[in-house]
Amino acid sequence: MSLRTGAPPNYARRRIIDRIMRALTVVATATAVVPLVLILGYVLVVGGSGLSVSFFTETYQAPLMGDFTDPTLVDPAVGAPEGGANPDDPYADLDLGALTGATPAEPTDGHGSIDLSQVSSGGGVLHGIVGTLLVTLVGLLLALPVGLLAGVFLAEYDNNWLATATRFCTDVLSGAPSIVIGVVAYILIVQQTRTFSGLAGSIAIALLMVPTITRTTEEILRLVPQTVREAAMGLGAPTWYTTFTVVIPTALTGIVTGVLLAFARGAGETAPLILTVLGNNTLSVNMLAPIAALPLLAYRYTESPFPTEIQLAWSTSFVLVVLVLFINIALRLATRSRLRGR
Amino acid sequence: MATTSERPVALGNAWTRWFRHGDGLFAAIVALFSVLVVGLVFAVGVVTYLGSAEARAQFGAGFFTGIDWNPIETSIQAVTFGAWPAVRGTLLTSLIAVTLAAPVGIGIGIYLSELCPRSIRQPLSFMVELLAAIPSVIYGLWGVLVLLPFFTDVLANPIADSLGTIIPALAQPVGTGRGIIATGMILALMILPTISAITRDVLAVVPNTQREVMLALGATRWEVIWGAVLPYSRAGIVGGIMLGLGRALGETMAAVMIVGNTARISDSWFQPATTAASQIASELTNATSPLHESALIYLALTLFAITLTLNLAARILVAQLSRGAASSRF
Amino acid sequence: MSTAVAPVAAHSLTLRQLRPFYGKRLAVHAVDLNLPANQITAIIGPSGCGKSTVLRCLNRMHEAIEGARVEGTVLLDDEDLYQPDLDPTLVRRKVGMVFQQPVVLRTRTIYENVAVGLRLAGVTARSELDATVEGALRAAALWDEVKEKLQMPATALSGGQQQRLSIARTIAVKPAVILFDEPCSALDPIATLKIEELLLELRQTFTIVIVTHNMQQAARISDQTAVFMVDQSGAPTGVLVEFDRTAQIFSQPGDSRTEDYISGRVG
Ligand SMILES: Nc1ncnc2c1ncn2[C@@H]1O[C@H](COP(=O)(O)OP(=O)(O)OP(=O)(O)O)[C@@H](O)[C@H]1O
Ligand SMILES: [Mg+2]
Repeated sequence: MSLRTGAPPNYARRRIIDRIMRALTVVATATAVVPLVLILGYVLVVGGSGLSVSFFTETYQAPLMGDFTDPTLVDPAVGAPEGGANPDDPYADLDLGALTGATPAEPTDGHGSIDLSQVSSGGGVLHGIVGTLLVTLVGLLLALPVGLLAGVFLAEYDNNWLATATRFCTDVLSGAPSIVIGVVAYILIVQQTRTFSGLAGSIAIALLMVPTITRTTEEILRLVPQTVREAAMGLGAPTWYTTFTVVIPTALTGIVTGVLLAFARGAGETAPLILTVLGNNTLSVNMLAPIAALPLLAYRYTESPFPTEIQLAWSTSFVLVVLVLFINIALRLATRSRLRGR
Repeated sequence: MATTSERPVALGNAWTRWFRHGDGLFAAIVALFSVLVVGLVFAVGVVTYLGSAEARAQFGAGFFTGIDWNPIETSIQAVTFGAWPAVRGTLLTSLIAVTLAAPVGIGIGIYLSELCPRSIRQPLSFMVELLAAIPSVIYGLWGVLVLLPFFTDVLANPIADSLGTIIPALAQPVGTGRGIIATGMILALMILPTISAITRDVLAVVPNTQREVMLALGATRWEVIWGAVLPYSRAGIVGGIMLGLGRALGETMAAVMIVGNTARISDSWFQPATTAASQIASELTNATSPLHESALIYLALTLFAITLTLNLAARILVAQLSRGAASSRF
Repeated sequence: MSTAVAPVAAHSLTLRQLRPFYGKRLAVHAVDLNLPANQITAIIGPSGCGKSTVLRCLNRMHEAIEGARVEGTVLLDDEDLYQPDLDPTLVRRKVGMVFQQPVVLRTRTIYENVAVGLRLAGVTARSELDATVEGALRAAALWDEVKEKLQMPATALSGGQQQRLSIARTIAVKPAVILFDEPCSALDPIATLKIEELLLELRQTFTIVIVTHNMQQAARISDQTAVFMVDQSGAPTGVLVEFDRTAQIFSQPGDSRTEDYISGRVG
């Protein structure tokens, strides 16, 4: 009996199924990789092409007709596209024309006399960069002590009901939609203080960062070999002293990368900011008032009828994506070399 | 290391005592912060619960089946808040997302864990995880500016003109393409990394012996996967899908930018609609009345309750299998 | 012997200049062996000498490990298992394998654990499945213990029972040769004895190759024995030092290393 002739009767069919299914998993993987490349490609190429010095050094400038000497100002706020797609436009009551003494022109989506592609705008997103850095950093400062110490608790005092509850709650917090967190910050801060503010945004971002920091801290501290702890405690040092002088310093790089990851995620959060910091067209560092943020600018400019502002949306995304990519790749390289080292 | 033990001796008495007995205090402090984390979750629940009191009192459970959402009184309609358009939009977009993403995500997980050459496993995994790191506003931007035009021309209109003549949900008008189906597609992309990474992780903990037994019986690679690996990790994969569903239900930016933000029920899924998250994001800051605000907060409370339940169930399933290996990541 | 598992024609295995590699590293120096039909061949030797590696070459399981490959040939009767374009799944159907750890498919019942090979081959007829499952379980001396609970999860069985279930699963597809990789190392002495009795019975139907660390076991059940050692000159590589009738090996080993090894272990 030969091997080939002794094959089961369904052998040919099974071989084909095997081939097809394996090929399908490759197709599935391509289905994820192709959009990733497309998204990153568009953002890096289209967004990158719009970068200039003024993009980083200037703030919002209302789009202008033709060359910049033309006094006709176009108010972008009036031209919300797509029948109320932007009902929460914060600039609605801001009359830029009145501010500059010019007559605002109606952008008309092709129904009127203005050719939108002829509208040019200068300006940049300095206010957004400053706002995002401020809001995210303050959020990080708020989240850091909570996340770090709760992480220390989870790593050092395992196996009790509080640890179980804390772990579960970090899971719930990181699984909760960020808009819900935004609603909470809105109710607690915006409604109480009767104003949108950078601080409200920071609090929302902090709530979203806490679970990330807690869990990475826990994981990294667990990687510190028990022998390191025992060596210190064997010399008579109490737990708290060992934790702060031996365990945390040993794990510092890991903790820092985890914190950076939380920062990158926080900087990209958009939904809670809509409900809290609202946005602002000028450079401001007042955390108790509405403030600009990069993701908000990307969102608003995407809805703009003006091609030049859409270009700003791409370029703003470029900055966000580069931040995220940079931190993620740095993290990946750092963890890999650490694994190799051990 | 020697200084660690000697330093307290060199210091004053009070400090020494404190140093020696600091452990209780230290434990109390870190425990306090843990309690704070637990408290934050309670706070989210309590604040949204209290904030929605007015809407809950007025509409009760009927809120979810009410089909009219009228924040502004007009000559023909009184102010009323029914969440059905948002509930329907949320469910439909999420179900489309999960239907598209689950098979693809599982396929990716299988490829990464079972089939791909070891040399490209790490880079590929990293790329798929990067999908999860991209801020959602960028998905929205890309969806509006790149996907929507492509989607309308290549998918939506041809489908609406052919299949749409039979199936009302796929019928014209397509319009700008903004609507439930486009949103579902973007959401699918966004939850792919969740499903694929969890699948990969739960497949990785399947003992190799399970595979070898099938192989030694003359099974093909696919039969090994289908007959031994997938059944073994079924619970974990279901958990991953549930986490993906949770993410889709609560995703805001992609929805707010693509779904069209229209609290209306259209037959065609190509038509603009709304989701709970996008309704909150687009209306809360300029709510017309306390009741309007309260109704939106009611939506937030509902979202929180649903995602909490899903997360709880999913994590139990995933943890059962991987004993914590995959659970902390998401 | 049960009637359901009909005796199949005798099949022999021949290894010719077999050289297994892990990546670039040669794991075992070229092996030449003749494994006669319906006999039990034991493979013994110290840990790391390549016993499992050689065994896994005999049903092409070796190449399931990423980067692993094989040079040389293995003949089943006169057919080359490594001939080009031959699908290894066909080889594995003819040359079955039982592993060191008892392995049950965790999500399946006892019945389905035995029937799985038939299901792969597309057998759906209930009567045929029932008959083969019963025959295989009888041949594995497990039938009486499980006939009342065929629909229970296979995980409910003891380690020894699980190992006999593994054997039943392998028998059920009617291979020509069965490979055992230390099948008793995870079992207690009584379960071990049961498996040994079983092997002696199975010899009438199948050609058997067994890797074992247990000298007495090799002496008790095998007809011939292959002794492998680690060649320490250069990178450690396995090497076949002696192959002979078992009685000969254990009474008058031809190689001094064999003698040291056997006496060291048997003491
Ligand atoms: N998957 C693998 N990849 C690389 N090298 C391997 C692999 N498996 C085994 N080896 C190497 O091949 C050599 C032989 O291993 P093998 O498992 O065949 O030994 P063995 O005789 O069965 O040992 P034991 O008695 O401990 O089971 C060893 O040096 C081992 O390190
Ligand atoms: Mg071995």
